[in-house]
Amino acid sequence: MTLEKILFQPHNPKSAGKLDVEFRYIKGQKHTKEGSNKPPWLNLTNNQNGSFIFEFENYSDLQDCRDFVGKVLAKSGEVSEKPTVAHPDVQLSAAEMELRIKLLQEDSELQKLHKQFVLSGVLTEAEFWATRKKLLDREASKKIKQRLGFKSAMVSDIKPSTDGRTNKVTFNLTPEIILQIFAEKPAVHRAFLSYVPNKMSERNFWTKYFRAEYLHSTKNSIAAAAEAAEDEELAVFLKQDDILASEARKKIRRVDPTLDMEADEGDDYTHLPDHGIFRDGSKEMTESQNELYKRTLSQDINRHAAVVLEGRAVDAEFEDTKAVAEALAQSKRESSNKGEPDGDTNRERLDRLSRMTEIEDLQGSNNLPLAPLCIKDPRDYFDSQQANALRTSRDALGGTEQIKCSLSIPEVYSSLRESISSIKAMGWKEPIVKPEAAHQVFDALTNSISNTKHNIGKNPQESVLDRLPRKTKEELLHIWTSILELLKHFWASYPITTSYLYAKVNRLKDAMSNIYPQLEEIKGSVPSEFRHQVSLLVPPMHQALDAAIQHYEASMQKRSTQSGEKPNGYV
Amino acid sequence: MASAPSKLYADDVSLVVVLLDTNPFFWSSSSLSFSQFLSHVLAFFNAILTLNQLNQVVVIATGYNSCDYIFDSASDLNRSFENGRMPVMSSSLLQKLEEFLIKDEQLSKEEPEGRIKSSLFLGSLSMALCYIQRVFRSGALHPHPRILCLQGSPDGPEQYVAIMNAIFSAQRSEVPIDSCYIGAQNSAFLQQASYITGGVHHKPQNLDGLFQYLMTIFATDLHSRSFIHLPKPVGVDFRASCFCHKNTIDMGYVCSVCLSIFCKHHKKCSTCGSVFGQAQSEAASASDKKRKTPET
Repeated sequence: MTLEKILFQPHNPKSAGKLDVEFRYIKGQKHTKEGSNKPPWLNLTNNQNGSFIFEFENYSDLQDCRDFVGKVLAKSGEVSEKPTVAHPDVQLSAAEMELRIKLLQEDSELQKLHKQFVLSGVLTEAEFWATRKKLLDREASKKIKQRLGFKSAMVSDIKPSTDGRTNKVTFNLTPEIILQIFAEKPAVHRAFLSYVPNKMSERNFWTKYFRAEYLHSTKNSIAAAAEAAEDEELAVFLKQDDILASEARKKIRRVDPTLDMEADEGDDYTHLPDHGIFRDGSKEMTESQNELYKRTLSQDINRHAAVVLEGRAVDAEFEDTKAVAEALAQSKRESSNKGEPDGDTNRERLDRLSRMTEIEDLQGSNNLPLAPLCIKDPRDYFDSQQANALRTSRDALGGTEQIKCSLSIPEVYSSLRESISSIKAMGWKEPIVKPEAAHQVFDALTNSISNTKHNIGKNPQESVLDRLPRKTKEELLHIWTSILELLKHFWASYPITTSYLYAKVNRLKDAMSNIYPQLEEIKGSVPSEFRHQVSLLVPPMHQALDAAIQHYEASMQKRSTQSGEKPNGYV
Repeated sequence: MASAPSKLYADDVSLVVVLLDTNPFFWSSSSLSFSQFLSHVLAFFNAILTLNQLNQVVVIATGYNSCDYIFDSASDLNRSFENGRMPVMSSSLLQKLEEFLIKDEQLSKEEPEGRIKSSLFLGSLSMALCYIQRVFRSGALHPHPRILCLQGSPDGPEQYVAIMNAIFSAQRSEVPIDSCYIGAQNSAFLQQASYITGGVHHKPQNLDGLFQYLMTIFATDLHSRSFIHLPKPVGVDFRASCFCHKNTIDMGYVCSVCLSIFCKHHKKCSTCGSVFGQAQSEAASASDKKRKTPET
């Protein structure tokens, strides 16, 4: 048997049955017990659910083989397990990487930490970012996930730029404007798809379109009718949009009858010409023959508003008109396909309607049980704390100072009252304070005030850091944040249960020991007048690091004393 | 609600609310006798009142079982206690103090042995803050209030939470808390109070000259503090007491929901009721270990 396969060659060269099996296929092994009366057999099961049974001469051979197979199986199991454990976080989406890079670029402090720890291998990427999920989420949410809608301003109503010398006017069309025109006027869209590039060029198309717009804007319906009669294509632009009309009819059929559309006379404006708005003091009379070519401002505005509210059907940026038209047509086809199964939806709607219409007489009373308000009584908290304190302060005598009072309560009070009466009787002591004592106090105070002012600064809120030179301050702050980062990961790794954590803790401990010389260096490099302040700032950092390293060493010791009992698996 | 700078009043008008420690257990074992202390303090009050005609002093006694207002220099009731040997105001204060002590004694009950004999500092601090709030709401013209604590009793760690709440509300209303500690050990509460609210903390070395300390440090009004240098403590003791046993600790467990501090691992936070998960091997557990170090 080698490590990879098991080769069985019968001693008897005449019998068949050479067996050459690789260990990879062997899943497990079974064997007969020594004490039983059965012959020594070793049963190796392979992963196709077949098995090989070997009969041995004696049990000791069996044992050897068994151990060997066992070792190999364990090893292969480990090997197959390792790749999954080591780097489970290798798959990172590109978006995630982008977010991280962006964050690093924005925050130089974060970048320094990242460079210091991740690139030098002390922490892995995943660990570094594991505690910063909130930052990443905030970055991600900054990206707007909504689609931008159409502008509320009517872009399709563009004004041309005029060239003062000649009679030409120039219209500037961008794909955005074209998209909006097509969305608002489906007849124009249809015309574009059918005419261009077969019947006319795009330039021609737009020229006719703008001619029609001009005619509309002059409100000269007679001229419009005349021109429409001449030019067939122009007529398309001048007529009412029949696609819109049919859509409107469909929509009306699908209106939900449970919608409460109670209106009264004051709401009725549709029957008045121009919706009741008088333009120049007179009511305009409608001329029925040219009705076909009229289009009012309100129609345009309403249509535009409807399109804006519907939202943008296509999202991408377009280069040219053709692409815009086709994309819009495509999306329209899709949406109309969705609206196809009319019969089913109709039935559904009717069901829903019948369920939704409320018959008031049959409604039950609407007394839902209210959720009870749960306001905790704050006294409970304070009382329990008080009880706790009484109970435990009785036991916890050490460490806190005590007033040793041997007198009983009434004695104590009476002594206090005595002093009050004495002072009442005698009046104030003359002098209240001896001059020597006062002088001494005054001296001491002024000395200490001037000393501390020199050392620490006037303001009790002013921090020591602000008085240091900027470079030192930044270095110290950076060391402090890196200490915090290391400690965060260090303490979070305890208790150590996997070998991954063990390796991580070792790396962190090495990084922490590297900080001590850095601190010494800073202390040395500071000019002498600040050395005292810096030496005041350094002890807490030392303390934090010392506590962590102590804990580490204690746990290492514990581990090494225990390691005799745990031979395998548990590191 | 910040104190609006008074228009009619000059900048150096001050309202001092003094919290006087009258814990009999402390005074019976203190090196400074109560009568000496009172003479220093009463002279100090008179001095404050002479600094400016509009100054006001309010005294609250911090007893062992209760607290009460003892003296208000602005009230008119001071006339009735005539005593030839000392100023009228002082004698009325002493009278009231005596009455307070009688009441306080009546409230006392048998305490189990071993309890720290701390005074009810929390109660008097809250009363002072309420008085100051009333002053704030009395109109736009009022002097700058500040609180002066003359304490000697040790800290009662069971009062930690409530005292911190009071300190933060004082910070919010911009009321500085000065403190003068005349006891034997250090008081962490007073140091923190003065540090957080921007007041002055001092522990006099020489108690015979207490009056001098009071005059030099604590008589300065708030406006003058911007140019008069007052002693600054070298460090502040920021240790907290744990919520479960009321021991002072500097390394413990913190609930990540309500930030309560515990010295041992608990299954459930007693303040907010959130359940702590099991400490997992990879991810950090719900209550992290946190180290609090004294600041320099």
